[in-house]
Amino acid sequence: MISRGFLGRKRPAAVANRLPPGQYLVTDFPVLSAGPTPHTPLDRWSFTLEGLVGAPVSWTWDEFLKLPSQVFTVDISCVTKWTKLDTKWLGVSVDTLLQSVQLDPTAHYVTAFSDGGYTTNLPLAEMVNGQAFIAYQFDDKTLEPEHGGPARLVVPHLYFWKSAKWVRGLRFAARDEPGFWESLGYNMHGDPWKEERYTGD
Amino acid sequence: MQPAVEWQIGTVTRIRTEASQTKTLTVALPNWVAHRPGQHYDVRLTAPDGYRTERSYSIASEPERVGEIDFTVEQIDDGEVSPYLDDVLVTGDQLEVRGPIGGYFVWDVSLGGPLLLVGGGSGVVPLMAMLRHRAAQHSSIPARLLYSSRSADDVIYGAELDTLAAADDALEVILTFTRRAPPGWTGYQRRIDPAMLSDVLQQLGEGVRTYVCGPTLLVEAVSNALVAMGQPAERIRTERFGPTGK
Repeated sequence: MISRGFLGRKRPAAVANRLPPGQYLVTDFPVLSAGPTPHTPLDRWSFTLEGLVGAPVSWTWDEFLKLPSQVFTVDISCVTKWTKLDTKWLGVSVDTLLQSVQLDPTAHYVTAFSDGGYTTNLPLAEMVNGQAFIAYQFDDKTLEPEHGGPARLVVPHLYFWKSAKWVRGLRFAARDEPGFWESLGYNMHGDPWKEERYTGD
Repeated sequence: MQPAVEWQIGTVTRIRTEASQTKTLTVALPNWVAHRPGQHYDVRLTAPDGYRTERSYSIASEPERVGEIDFTVEQIDDGEVSPYLDDVLVTGDQLEVRGPIGGYFVWDVSLGGPLLLVGGGSGVVPLMAMLRHRAAQHSSIPARLLYSSRSADDVIYGAELDTLAAADDALEVILTFTRRAPPGWTGYQRRIDPAMLSDVLQQLGEGVRTYVCGPTLLVEAVSNALVAMGQPAERIRTERFGPTGK
């Protein structure tokens, strides 16, 4: 249906073409989370790969910072409808992390788990080949706790709830198990270009 | 797998001014389903050239009201959708929506209490759905609403909150004003702080369930303070809007 009297705010094509359906452009950085922001001291922080791996591996904060890092400049889209273009992050590619473990051939899915108990599920095939990273800087500055610091997962081609804040590890599994929002009405996959917002979309 | 939440075309049946820059729209829905207080709907607007945009709005009404829902919309300066909803829509217009959506920032009487609701600005809207539901169920679960507004003109649902609290010994509504209190005001006149939260928590006792909704700075301050006071993080549910404000 046409909304009577609605014209909308037109964006230049160069911007409009980068906005997934239903999304609008923001220049600030909205904060969304389901509960209080966790504040884990860095000396008690670790990052772990576990589940269907030959042997689990863990890094301390200092060890993690010594891993080869990369700058990623990506567009991000939140299921609450905002899209932010050209966000700049520094972090460690999931490809780099995976060099430290022997993945079981039956590992097809990943659960990212976080301080505070948050989890989200992703297909392994969508986390490799430069598609996902663990970020600890945003815009050349230390990642703020409200935005997921000290470190968060970033998977820019999926809605941003998949980019788990306060992430502490990845668990590899054979089956796709719903995470926190995926158990509460949100889509198992979450592709913004297909508008996979909610269960059944 | 659950079926998708489908778009439907509702009809605006009533529009009323709630507060400065804030209106409530009542929308009758052909495929109404009972929501859980705290849930939202997506609204989709389509221009004649096919351009579309969407936003989410909390449901203000209680699920006991069958067949229609209320949205309370605060107009954002320079916004794309809220000025349309508040200033262009008239009674009889159609509005495309889908919902209800969201399964975490929800409360109903089956979850029990005591209940602490903390709201800032239009963050009071989903909390109001919880209070209206609690009243419709004649629940005696102890409840407190701590509600921060800039000034008296910005208080949403002021008269109804007075009526609800006056009729209910188990409910108290505590307002605070951050810019300008009304003449003769003897209550709080500052941002919500730990001292305020501590007063309210003492009245409620053990096992409190807390829902905080408002601008990010308020939600961060309130939820951090509650955790510092020993409230378990898993009993504090938050919903935020706006940037970090830094």
